[in-house]
Amino acid sequence: MFILLQLSFLEFRILENFKISKSILNTANFLTYKVNMYTFLLSKIEVGSHLYVNLTENLHFHGETVFVSFLVVTAVSLFLLAGTNDLQKIPGNLQNLVEVVFELVKSIAFTQLGPSYYAQFLPFTATIFLFVLGSNWAGALIPWKLLELSEGELSAPTNDVNTTAMLALLTSFAYFFAGFKIKGIGYFARYIKPAVFFLPINIVEDFAKPLSLNFRLFGNVVADELTVAVICSLVPFIVPVPIMMLGLFASSIQALIFSTLAANYIAEVIE
Amino acid sequence: MVDSIVSAASVVAAAIAVGFAGLGPGIGQGNAAGQAVEGIARQPEAEGKIRGTLLLSLAFMESLTIYGLVVALSLLFANPFTGG
Repeated sequence: MFILLQLSFLEFRILENFKISKSILNTANFLTYKVNMYTFLLSKIEVGSHLYVNLTENLHFHGETVFVSFLVVTAVSLFLLAGTNDLQKIPGNLQNLVEVVFELVKSIAFTQLGPSYYAQFLPFTATIFLFVLGSNWAGALIPWKLLELSEGELSAPTNDVNTTAMLALLTSFAYFFAGFKIKGIGYFARYIKPAVFFLPINIVEDFAKPLSLNFRLFGNVVADELTVAVICSLVPFIVPVPIMMLGLFASSIQALIFSTLAANYIAEVIE
Repeated sequence: MVDSIVSAASVVAAAIAVGFAGLGPGIGQGNAAGQAVEGIARQPEAEGKIRGTLLLSLAFMESLTIYGLVVALSLLFANPFTGG
């Protein structure tokens, strides 16, 4: 669970230079004064405007993202702590639920990493799974729209490209670390397999992996929320509900995929 | 003037991006789902395994569409060419 806490600390604008999150800010402007004719539909939907909390001169937080991710971290940690607090031979309701969750995350790590390595990397993949699932569902299930913010709006933390980028970078660090820990310096032999001229491809792959992880999660969450927002602005009654259900399902699948891929990347370097 | 041309081109490009990004994965997902149904019909007891694998691979194909969507969204909402 400590990784979870670190995650939200690390999340503050390390990726200040990410073009999307910065320039995505002028959504509303773009839609209102550049294509003035077509504002009637989309003008209420904000993509990527954030509540900036300035800590120092150069250090800004995305207030709503950090707040919701702290909330998710606390909720997940409390749930797990309460479930494992006093363990019984015959589990009660909460312990049963936690055991089901554990079986799920264990099977994710186990199918990818195999019996001899899965225990080492189970905490990491489980953390990723629970955090992504928790934040996706926190954005979809809690009626954040009731709370008005001066800028931006409360939603899933994974709606912010910085969160997903941090998760993806953590995944890359994890598999570098796994490679070094288990293979030592022989880890670099991976780059010239199966032949020496594969070196550039293998190096590009190291950058492509976190990038695709990042945009897969970010794009899916944003696509879900945009779809719901657009349909809500068209028909704000009953009709969006099945779409929301689909979004819930899709976001749980995304959590599964993110952690499966993280485990798979680790398995790739240590095999 | 240049800005409005860039805006118009961006909107068209976003539409093309998301349209073509939907094309390939659509075909792929259709194929995958069809094969999965065939597999289940031939071997109904393997349904659980097939469904799990199918969902996972469908989500991978879906993510290709999502890449196109991200490009389209960044063209619409965070256009790097309009200088805003």
